[in-house]
This record gives sequence, structure tokens and C-alpha cells, in this order.
Amino acid sequence: MNRALRPLVATTAIFALAYIAAIIQFPAMLSTRVLGNFLTDNAFLGIAAVGMTFVIISGGIDLSVGAVIGFTTVLNAVLIMWLGLHPLLAFAISLGVAAAFGAVMGAAIHYLKVPSFIVTLAGMFLARGGASVLSPDSIGIKHELYTTISKSYILLPGGGRLTVIGMIMLVVFVLGMILAHRTRFGSYVYALGGSEVSAGLMGVPVARTTILIYTLSGFLAGLAGIVFSLYTSAGYSLSALGVELDAIAAVVIGGTLLTGGYGFVAGTFIGVMLQGLVQTYIVFDGSLSSWWTKIVIGGLLFLFILLQRLVFSAASPRRKVFWKT
Amino acid sequence: MVEAVQPVVQARGIVKIFGQHRALDGVDFEVRPGEVHALLGENGAGKSTLIKILTGAYQPDGGEVLLNGAAVRFSDPLDAQGHGIGTVYQEVNLLPNRSVAENLFLGHQPTRFGIVQRKVIEARARDLLATYGLEIDVKAELGSYSVAVQQIVAIARAVELSGKVLVLDEPTASLDRNEVAKMFEVVARLKARGLGIIFITHFLDQVFEIADRVTILRNGKLIGTKALPEVTATDVVRMMLGKDLALDHGGVGVAEAVQGPARVAFKSLGKQGKVAPFSLSLHEGEVVGVAGLLGSGRTEMARLMFGVDSADGGEISVGGRVVSIRNPAQAVAAGFGFCPEDRKLDGIFGELSVRENIIIALQAKLGWFRALNRDEQNEIAGNYAEALDIRAADHEMPVKLLSGGNQQKVILARWLAIDPNFLILDEPTRGIDVGAHAEIVRTINRLREEGMAMMVISSELDEVVAYSNRIVVMRDREMVAELSGADIAPSVIVAAIADNPGGQNVKMEANA
Repeated sequence: MNRALRPLVATTAIFALAYIAAIIQFPAMLSTRVLGNFLTDNAFLGIAAVGMTFVIISGGIDLSVGAVIGFTTVLNAVLIMWLGLHPLLAFAISLGVAAAFGAVMGAAIHYLKVPSFIVTLAGMFLARGGASVLSPDSIGIKHELYTTISKSYILLPGGGRLTVIGMIMLVVFVLGMILAHRTRFGSYVYALGGSEVSAGLMGVPVARTTILIYTLSGFLAGLAGIVFSLYTSAGYSLSALGVELDAIAAVVIGGTLLTGGYGFVAGTFIGVMLQGLVQTYIVFDGSLSSWWTKIVIGGLLFLFILLQRLVFSAASPRRKVFWKT
Repeated sequence: MVEAVQPVVQARGIVKIFGQHRALDGVDFEVRPGEVHALLGENGAGKSTLIKILTGAYQPDGGEVLLNGAAVRFSDPLDAQGHGIGTVYQEVNLLPNRSVAENLFLGHQPTRFGIVQRKVIEARARDLLATYGLEIDVKAELGSYSVAVQQIVAIARAVELSGKVLVLDEPTASLDRNEVAKMFEVVARLKARGLGIIFITHFLDQVFEIADRVTILRNGKLIGTKALPEVTATDVVRMMLGKDLALDHGGVGVAEAVQGPARVAFKSLGKQGKVAPFSLSLHEGEVVGVAGLLGSGRTEMARLMFGVDSADGGEISVGGRVVSIRNPAQAVAAGFGFCPEDRKLDGIFGELSVRENIIIALQAKLGWFRALNRDEQNEIAGNYAEALDIRAADHEMPVKLLSGGNQQKVILARWLAIDPNFLILDEPTRGIDVGAHAEIVRTINRLREEGMAMMVISSELDEVVAYSNRIVVMRDREMVAELSGADIAPSVIVAAIADNPGGQNVKMEANA
């Protein structure tokens, strides 16, 4: 088996086992209702995590994600409630601003040769600060479209609801998988994660790819912000605090190597779902503090980093080569 | 002769200046289609500068590059590749984390509606590699194959994308004999297809094996271009060095080992899966050569001795006293020094200066509470730089800018500065040109005369024979023979290495 697949298989197995264990304790967890809520409640995290997957596969990190989500919720609220724009127009503007923000960070990372960690840390402060300047207080959003969207869903057999934002996340994941695994851009992202020098010598447009990766991450963080504002019907500068770290955790738990070069978008989906599962379990239990989510995620993260270390540092057996004589 | 054939690529009067230094001074060079043209010269002669100009990595300060007779100016290596000049470097510049097929076609994958057509790529990759006599799973990660296979994939990619000129920059440096033979088959095939091939190597025998012509550079100047059958190896070396090679190629090496109490002794040192337990003792003024193929456990043996890997069992004694060496710091404390095989990766601190690189082991041994002041550092670095003839413009220069031979000497100086009991040199002459070779060999001999105990790992049999008092032979992660006296001859070593792996060796039993 391809060794890059091993962490993904492990994540999937852990998710399956954990879910089965949860069902044994609380049989009610086996319902489309719970599954539907999984998707809805974690939609913004999942969308942001897809962008993060690309960034991490390329060997970088994006710490600005949570702040961009917060900024987008506020920008949306300001555009809709204060300036009276139609939400769709507000969405387009927000996405454009978020994507441009990502592009600028990508350009800074590439042209100034500054580690992504530093650039996106600066981006995080800028976005969070910018959101507070726009409005330090939470702005409630009231608009027909918001009401319509939050009322629309596809009824799943068993009473579960596949909401619009849940569907947005699923679509983003599917598109993300195609982009990562089936396009030239995707292969460039992996190439950068493997070796930037080699990638450059092989003709990968390093500058363009780097900028596009952070643009994508910014764009998806913006989309996550829109989804978050639909989810909460509000814009608040301090929303989605620390989501970038949850996203990183989901990506790593999903089998993507933190140092880049290996990973799967599908793995990130399971990583997100695993976090949702832990949260749901805590809700069902009722007596546990929600901080247990963090503890479990911390433990899992540690486990997976250990697992990756084992898989990737173990000397891979050289393949047998058949020379034609 | 093929005098009438127009060269596919030609350099005329190339000048390249770095600061005050003329790296290339009016150099002419050409490659014709269907020829293998070897480019030779000592380190710092200007080989890599010339190659970088031909492949677009540098722009010449004077002269011109002609492609099929027309002057061209490449903006970067990709531009050169687009014009038909492909390069394969010693360190494979591909992506070990991606599949073989993707490595072959990255950036040129056929797509339909933006979706990469994987099946098409894989089929083409299989067909392409088959023309190189390679049948491998093209879907597997490139990193899971040996360097030789990666090297051939790199060649296939370069030829596929450029197709007129192929530059091979020390492609054989990390290959074993069989792999080199395979590589040469590939080169011969490409030559037959009419490619112009520029071949850079430090192995003269390989030059004579496959090259049609050689061009020799020295100190940035063109010394000459010769058709090969017309010159001998001695001529070539003389042209490279401007003097006869001062290397003793005597058949039988140095006198019998100095006997007496061992300075360093290793008893049944071993590690499961790395090296079978071995025993070896080294005396004052003795050089023990270690011979064996790549992967025979030579380097692993050195790593155990120096505590880089910790041994499962066995003991180490220095001057008769048993010491515990579980990590390199303890090894340094015991007076050991280790010049590793891959000096770029494990040896030098490329960004640090020559001075810092030399004093670092001594400082580590002293501890940070007894910091050497700048004057002391300058003095120590100066002394060793002079003693070993390290050629650097000044001692504050980053080590990465030095040539391979000088880097090796910096590492040697670093260990000599701690006044070691015992030095381990792993492939001290790898990737170093002939002139620096001779100097390193001379340095080893001098250190021996001064009473140093050394273990030298080398693939160059002629060389091991020239400086070793004793030779141990490694095979399949096991010490299989210990040779001394008249047995120190390449033929005996080769026989010891080549013995059938399963069978027990008589010599080994004699020494056990």
C-alpha cells in the first residue's frame, strides 16, 4: 500500500470505531438527523480546512483563516445592514476582498521570502483588527435571503436535514478533491511541498502557484465567513476565534503531512467529521465540559503526528527494478 | 573526423566575472550532435560556471552562446530547456513525493477540460521508460526507487522536454558499478539518437569509457579540447593540474601496522539490522581503510563508532579504558572526530564562515562557559587553514561558497582543532577533483606520520591501498575480511568484496 495512504486509512478506521462506540452508548447517534447536524455545524470549519489542506500540502501554513472568517462576517453585516446592499452582492464583495487578502499574503510569502507562518500571522492580526475597526459590536443580520436560506434544506430519510450550508461544504470538498488530485494546479501544489527548488527547475510556475494557493485559502476562508454569518445570522469581529487551529488539526488528523508534499482533501473531511463527532458525543453525554473536545483533538493530533513520523521516517523498501537486457 | 558537422551548441569567448575574480576567461566550447563531450577540470576551474551559462542559470559577461549557429540568450534554465538544452544534476532534482509518471510530465500533462488524463500519462511514461530499458511501476512514488532509477527518470524527462543537448553533471557520483554500466547504456543510446551530451565527472576511467572528446579547463581558462583516443589519462591529468599528479599509485601500500597497545578498540560493536557485531582496534599512527560496496554497512559502522546510532552491544575503549559512547557529544569528549560522507548535508554549516566551521567542534568540547574569544578563534582557524592549505578568500567567507575539496579540508580542520585521538573519514574524496584528491591523500598520510589513528572509508580502491596500513572489507553489513601486508592490493580487496554473500570467508574466520 502507498505509504501516504496509511494515515488516511488510520483516520478513517478511528472515525468508524469511534462512531460505532458512540452508537453503542447512545443509539440515537445513528440517525441522519445527527449526520445532517454534523455537516451544518461544521460547514464553516470544513470549508476553511479545504483551503488549509492546499496550503499545508504546499509546505506552508495559513494562520489568518479564523480572522478572515471573522472579518468576512463583519464585512457582510456592514454591507447588508448599514449600506443596504443585497446579500448576494455583499457575498461577492466579501469573497473578492478575502481572496485578494490571500493573494497579497501569497505574494509576500513568495517575493519577500518570508516564512508563511510570519506573513499569515501578520494577516491574522490585520484581519482581526480590521474587523474590530469596522464594528466592535456584533451586528445582527436580518434579510429575507438569510431567512430563506436557513429555512431551506433537503429532507433526508430518517428526518435529517441537509441544509444549504451543509451542501456548500460538500460541494467545496468535491471541488477541492478534483482540484488537488486531478488538475495541473493540484500537481504543482504537491510539487511545491515536495521540493520548491526542484519544482522550479521542472518548470512549475512557483510564484503563480504560491499566490494562487493563498488566494484559494483566503477565498475559502471568505466563503467560510459567509457560511458562518448564515449560520449565526450575525457579523461579529471576534467570531471564529482559533478556527485556523481547528482547521490545521483537521488537516493533520486527515493524514496530510505538516511538512508538505503528502495529503488528501478527503482526509480533511474525515478530520472535520471526527471533531464534529467528539462535539456531538459531548452534547449527548450532557455532563462533560465542551473543553473535552479540545482535549480529545489534542490527543488525536499528537497520535497522528506520531503515526506520520513512524510511517515516513521508516526507511521505505526500495522497489525491485526490472532492467531490460 | 566529423569536422564538418555543425555544433548543436557552441560557446565562444565566454567571460564571467564574479567580483574581482574571472571565473571564466575567454572560453570556447562546443558539442556536436551524437557526441559525448566530457568537461574536465579541478574544482574552481570553471566547469560549473560554464555549464550554468550554457543552461541559462548565469548570463555571460562576455562572449556568446550559439545554438545551431545562431546566437541565443537564455533567461533561465527553463528557457534553455525550451530551446533544447536539458540538464540532469548529481542530486536528482525531481520530486520524490510524486509518482514516476508525474515526474516525467509535470507541467506538460495532457488535460481534457482541465482534468489531467492520468491513464494517458501513465501509458506514455511506461512507453518512454521502456525505450531506456526500464520497466517499473510508474504509479509508484519516485522516492521509492534507487538513485540510479531516479537518475534515469531525470534523463528521460530532460530528453523528452529538450531533446538536443543533454548536460549530465556528475550523474554517476552516487551510483555503484552496475548502475554506472546501466547509465552508460542509456547514454550510448541517446548518443545514437543524435543528442549532444556534455558529461561532467570526476572519474577519469568513465571519461575514457564513454566520451568522444574532452575539454579541459583550468583556473577559468581553456586548456584544450582533444579527441579521446589521441590523449592518454596522464595527458589529461597533466592538463588539468598543470603538473604530474603527485599521488603515489603504488600497488602495495604502507608498511605494516605499528603494533603495541591499541589507542582505540571496538569490541563486538553492532546494531541489529545495521551492522553485525565487529571488532577492530586502531593503533597510534595507523590508518585502517574500509572497503566495500555502497550499502555494505561501511557508513553504518562509522556511525556506530561515533555514537550517531547507538549500538546494541559491545564496548569501546580508548587508551585501554572502557568508555561509553551513546551519542556524538560523548564521542567528541572521548577525542573522536568524524567527517561524514555527505558533507553538504551532515558536515558543513554552509551559512557559517570558515572560521566558525573550524572552531565549532572545539568550542562544543570546551563547553559554552569557556568561550573562545575572537582572537583565539582567528588564530586557530588561521593555523589550520594554513596547515591544510584551505583556499578561501578570507576566513569570514561562508563555507558553502568554497569548492568541495576545500569544504572537506574545513571539516578536517574542525576535528584536528580538538586534537583528536581517532579520526573517522567517510569518503573524504567523494565529489572532489583529482588535484584535491591528491591533497587529501597527502594530508591523510601526513596525519598518520604525526601519529593519528584513522579509519578511512573509501570506494576508490587505488586510494585506500595508497594510505592504509590495514584494510577491513565490509559486505552485507558484516566485516568479512581484514587485510594487511601484501594482501593490501586492489585485486585482493575486490575478491574479498565479491565473495559469495552466503558463504563464510576463510580470512574472516582467521581474524575472528
